[in-house]
Amino acid sequence: MITQPDQAALLLDMRDIQKRFAGIPALAGASLQVLPGEVHALIGQNGGGKSTLIKVLTGYHRRDGGQVLFEQRPFEVGSPHEAQVSGISTIYQEINLVPLRSVTENICLGREKRRRGLLDWSAMHAEAERLLSRFSIRIDVRRPLGDFNTATQQMVAIARAIGFSARLVIMDEPTSSLDEREVSVLFSVVRQLKAEGVSVLFVSHKLDELYEVCDRVTIMRDGHTVRSAAMSDIGKLELVAAMLGRDVAVVDGHATAFGARDRSRIGDVLFTAQGLSAGQSVRNVTFDVRRGEIASFAGLLGAGRTETARLVFGADRLKAGEMTMERASYHPERAADAIAAGMGFCTEDRKAEGIVPEMTVAENITLALLPKISRNGILNEDRQREIVARFIRDLGIKCSGPNQKVRELSGGNQQKVLLARWLAMNPKLLILDEPTRGIDVGAKGEIQRLILKLADDGLGVLMISSEIEEVMEGADRIFVLREGVSVAELEGQAANVEDVLAAMAHGGSPVEAAA
Amino acid sequence: MSDLATPSPANDAGARGFNLFGFLARYGTVIALMLLIAFNLGYTRNFATLQTLNVNLTQVCTIVIVAVGMTLVIATGGIDLSVGSLMAISGALAPMIFMGKIFPVGNTYLAVVVAMVVSIFVAGLLGLFNGWLVSRFRIQPIVATLVLFIAGRGIAQVMTNGNLQTFRVPQFQWIGLARPLGIPAQVIIMAVLVAAAAWALHRTVFGRSILAVGGNEKASELAGIAVARIKLAVYAISGLCAGLAGLVVIAINSSSDANLVGLGMELDAIAAVAVGGTLLSGGKATIIGTLLGALTIQLVRYTLLANGVPDAAALVVKAAIIAFAVWLQQQHRV
Repeated sequence: MITQPDQAALLLDMRDIQKRFAGIPALAGASLQVLPGEVHALIGQNGGGKSTLIKVLTGYHRRDGGQVLFEQRPFEVGSPHEAQVSGISTIYQEINLVPLRSVTENICLGREKRRRGLLDWSAMHAEAERLLSRFSIRIDVRRPLGDFNTATQQMVAIARAIGFSARLVIMDEPTSSLDEREVSVLFSVVRQLKAEGVSVLFVSHKLDELYEVCDRVTIMRDGHTVRSAAMSDIGKLELVAAMLGRDVAVVDGHATAFGARDRSRIGDVLFTAQGLSAGQSVRNVTFDVRRGEIASFAGLLGAGRTETARLVFGADRLKAGEMTMERASYHPERAADAIAAGMGFCTEDRKAEGIVPEMTVAENITLALLPKISRNGILNEDRQREIVARFIRDLGIKCSGPNQKVRELSGGNQQKVLLARWLAMNPKLLILDEPTRGIDVGAKGEIQRLILKLADDGLGVLMISSEIEEVMEGADRIFVLREGVSVAELEGQAANVEDVLAAMAHGGSPVEAAA
Repeated sequence: MSDLATPSPANDAGARGFNLFGFLARYGTVIALMLLIAFNLGYTRNFATLQTLNVNLTQVCTIVIVAVGMTLVIATGGIDLSVGSLMAISGALAPMIFMGKIFPVGNTYLAVVVAMVVSIFVAGLLGLFNGWLVSRFRIQPIVATLVLFIAGRGIAQVMTNGNLQTFRVPQFQWIGLARPLGIPAQVIIMAVLVAAAAWALHRTVFGRSILAVGGNEKASELAGIAVARIKLAVYAISGLCAGLAGLVVIAINSSSDANLVGLGMELDAIAAVAVGGTLLSGGKATIIGTLLGALTIQLVRYTLLANGVPDAAALVVKAAIIAFAVWLQQQHRV
């Protein structure tokens, strides 16, 4: 499926790139071809390998195999700085500039102009102004960068990148922190670069943007390139299907352990959310979960699924919208409020927000339970032992014992420990964000069966998964989120993959999209 | 992705059987302490006497009392540089109260009780202020507590106009001088404090929460632990411990000099915690380890002094021990 443009005309040619971390392949046969003066989109799900590919290109990671040609010459750099000097500049999501220093200093950092050994400030200020005027930005370059808003800072980052006479500019989700007006300014910059013969590699999850500004696209999945095409030759639906690894035409098999459900067990409404919003990432999300139901969020990366879950759990503050839990108004200020209301939350980032690595299996399981297994602040060791033993047995947590450090367990068993932490609380609603990510196949099936059993026992489950199979086969109802808005509600299992993918891609039903 | 890229490394460590670094990190302090005692029994004259024991214990007491609070702070991933200055404040305040400089004193006993309670309480409040800076404004602990490290001693000097306060008030000085059953009073206080803290750290919700906050703050927050309140509490406790230690020091000296009380104590306490095996990054802590760490450092100094090595050189050895202990911790963690 990979179209091969004329090789002699290529600006960048990466072929069969291999990269392994601790023996696990992150890139396995990835390729990327960029033409001079084109805007090239690079897309893929989390873990698809696009950021690893970029880091290999810019010398941040050393590749294990494959070939990189830049302007027809082998390209070997040991650091992002070397790459920059050689003509490849990267603008990261986070602004990697120094906010306390002046705009000029930021732009000229690392390539100061000198006169007789001293810094030539007037020449540098002039160059900074000349560069910024290219982006229609007129600001006092002598002021500290931190005085300006994020968008301006981002523009300064871009100016700095171009100041190095770059022939390829990599933009990693450049629009994530910009509002609409700033995005349109950025796009005019991108077009200007293109007009001057500079290529842009554009990483973004916002499909509309890609169609607006990009010429061609490379799609990555599971560490390799699955498709490369002109934007005009590929529809949104095809794009999403390629990213998720679904052939649009193929009807579901049974890729997961969820199996069929007895829908009659689903009870009355447990939780509702109406018009939730909080800044850019969550703009208008409405959904509800019933007792004994597995409701699921589907959506691309950046659709606002995790952000919505965090709002529900009180981990982030809501700007607008209403929620009810068991028909009572619900306004969580912090996670403790959500827990008191009967919720549990297994986060997507197990290491950073889930486990306490230095603590034991037992201590991790009882972390949220502490107030319930103590009297006057003193822990009841017997109750702790008893509860921990029960969950280790019931969930089949493989460990040397309750006193083993949790960091020594495999990913799947760590996930079970986190599930046990919440199940021990006897929750009414359990939010599971990517419950099977980074887990081996066996443990994955076990966790899926467990989720099903919990729902059968009357627990309301809100499941977020980037694996479309998990959503299609596990969920009773699917809420599709797109750029922070809930755009569709579909009956799970009965739903057609095509409908779900179409809602993710276009924000409506396939009928509307075709029109 | 990161999940895939980092499999749990400790599994293979266990499979390799004996892990020298792990063993040393766990028992190194005990071994060092026993070696020191063995050396002294052989080479230092008059080592195995009650006198020597008492000298060493009384000297180490204030460090241990402060280090108990410090251990809790460090367990949350923080640090408290202000303890020495808080000692100076409580050490300056107490004599002012029981010597009647603030309000007239009727009953000496009552005045002493008020003096002790108020000075320790004030130090606790200042500790609470540290915790407030850390939890409310998310100021890095080392910076937040630097405020009182600098200002605290200044406050103590202003309170006393920089004058030395001398006194002879046995009703107060028992905490530094009394010897019920031949054991110095401050050793008893230290022992009680160590036992209480060691028990609380592992047997109470509060202790477990401290370790959880230090081990993974975000996860603790999401598990419903009141992270801000835990931080407030540990800094307040550290302040209370410093306040108490300040009183012990001035009781021993029969005088209070705002320039000297608690000088350098923050570093001694941190050293004891580090040598004792508590992770400086938080999440893993041992109060008994802190006690052993303080004893080890003390005994090294005593051994060198008793064998004619000057104090200045002893400082270098002390520094080397601390560096070794921290290095050992890092080896174990990799």
